[in-house]
Amino acid sequence: MAFFYALTGVALFTLGLYALIIYAHLMRKILAINIMGSGVFLVLVALAARTQTVPDPVPHAMVITGIVVAVSATALALALMLRLLEVSGCEELAEEPKE
Amino acid sequence: MLTMQVQNVPWLVIVITLPLVGSLLCFLLPQQAKKLGLMTAFTIAASLIGLLFQVLDQGAQRYTVGGWDAPLGINLYVDGLSLLLLLMTALVGLGISVYATAYFNRDKTVYYWPLWLLLWSALNALFLSADLFNLYVCLELLGLSAVALVAIAGGADALGAAIRYLLVSLLGSLFYLLGVALIYHSVASVDIIIVAERIDATPPILAAMGLMSAGLLFKTALFPMHFWLPPAHANAPAPVSALLSALVVKASFYILLRLWLDVFPLPQEVLGQFLGLLGAAAVIWGGVQALRQTRLKMLIAYSTVAQIGYLFIAFPLATSIAWKGALYLLLSHALAKSAMFMAAGNILHFGGHDTILKLDRVAQRLPLTVAAFSLAGVSIMGLPPSGGFIGKWLLLNAALQAGEWWWALVLIGGGLLSAGYIFKVVGFAFTQTEASHEVHHVPAAMQWTAFMMALAAILVGLIAPWPLALMDIGLPFEMVVNKGSNG
Repeated sequence: MAFFYALTGVALFTLGLYALIIYAHLMRKILAINIMGSGVFLVLVALAARTQTVPDPVPHAMVITGIVVAVSATALALALMLRLLEVSGCEELAEEPKE
Repeated sequence: MLTMQVQNVPWLVIVITLPLVGSLLCFLLPQQAKKLGLMTAFTIAASLIGLLFQVLDQGAQRYTVGGWDAPLGINLYVDGLSLLLLLMTALVGLGISVYATAYFNRDKTVYYWPLWLLLWSALNALFLSADLFNLYVCLELLGLSAVALVAIAGGADALGAAIRYLLVSLLGSLFYLLGVALIYHSVASVDIIIVAERIDATPPILAAMGLMSAGLLFKTALFPMHFWLPPAHANAPAPVSALLSALVVKASFYILLRLWLDVFPLPQEVLGQFLGLLGAAAVIWGGVQALRQTRLKMLIAYSTVAQIGYLFIAFPLATSIAWKGALYLLLSHALAKSAMFMAAGNILHFGGHDTILKLDRVAQRLPLTVAAFSLAGVSIMGLPPSGGFIGKWLLLNAALQAGEWWWALVLIGGGLLSAGYIFKVVGFAFTQTEASHEVHHVPAAMQWTAFMMALAAILVGLIAPWPLALMDIGLPFEMVVNKGSNG
């Protein structure tokens, strides 16, 4: 069962990666990164329950730390997106980096 | 008696907490941010000297935070490799701190200092971390503060670059974290030493290696994953560009190096050759792109892409002398590149633009700045007696000893390309253009710090025996030699 959850986590990670690459809208990119993150957390939690009867607490601690990081990163990304919208009126990144 | 006390102070913890506390103070007392920030910078440098003496006296140090040992608690570890990077950070950090006091106006200063000290704290913690998960947390702290610093410039270009940088940074970290999850699953620990003892080349471990390396290479901006670097580094304010190019990209390189030396079991030969090839491609591609740029800051940023390439030439050679060469290049690049970005900042401030073709007699009007740029250029090109020369010389020796002369060609070709783009800038700095423009006074502090950093990049070539001896403390490169001889 744990293995199934871990695989689901990897699937979420891949799905997020795909969305991050193909969508231009920043909101979608930010969501995609979050889905990738959730995928990694799911892998960690699933693997914590792999052998013993009592789940290993260390990956859980890692996931909690990871969630804190993800929340801060998302907040920063959203703030930057809103600011970009204010300044340029556009919620997408320019296709080619301006040179 | 006093020396005994100095020896027993846990400097490892202090060099992490000092910038953190400084950052909070700057945030809480924005009126005093500049003064507090500068004070913190000097205190950090002073405590690093404490750490330096401790390590010189007692060798590599391990510290268990809160008395909790490895499996559960967090360990800090310092050896010659981490100490060298800490000292490099402090040296460049001091220069940039002084430069920033003159560069930023009142409203930007308030944002700059807390973020910069936070970034410094993340760097120090990263270089001292002894476990894989802690490294992940430090990477994220570093990434978030670096992104916020890029965004300080405001403006659509800088914000766009900041968001792109943030997405790349998060993507790289998630790859790394997924790798950590797989490693933990296989060996039930994230402490580097314990992992190194228990690791085998099983499929999950190989997958983890791939994921972690990919994430770190992405963050280090190795060709062809460098696309995000030039806009992010070129659109940031000058002191931030200097920080990003000199220090931040080196952090993910450091993690990769640690993993490569201590953790990954290997068939390392094939992967090493592959990294070397990417490095060679980066040297050539970065150099050619730098030549084609019209804006000075973009040119310098592409030069960083090329210089990162050199570091990876050590991977296929994998001898102690090659690693030392790469580290020496890393060190002198940090000094030279920060000087270059500061000089570019001065030129931008002076004429209001950094278009290379329109540089109007800056050499006559900002002699110190152009001298800084040229001296830094000497190190980037790798001419004697600069630090860049020592690094390239060591790499060259390693390549010839291994009988792999083609890496030597890359080193020489890269040097010629960098000479091309540096002389292009210096040439236009002397000439007059028709469109003269309004000029602004450049504060002496900004000119002198740029010059001092460039001078340091040259001097570091003259004191070569010291950094090289420092790198040997704790024998960070010994594992590789053993692994190599065992097959």
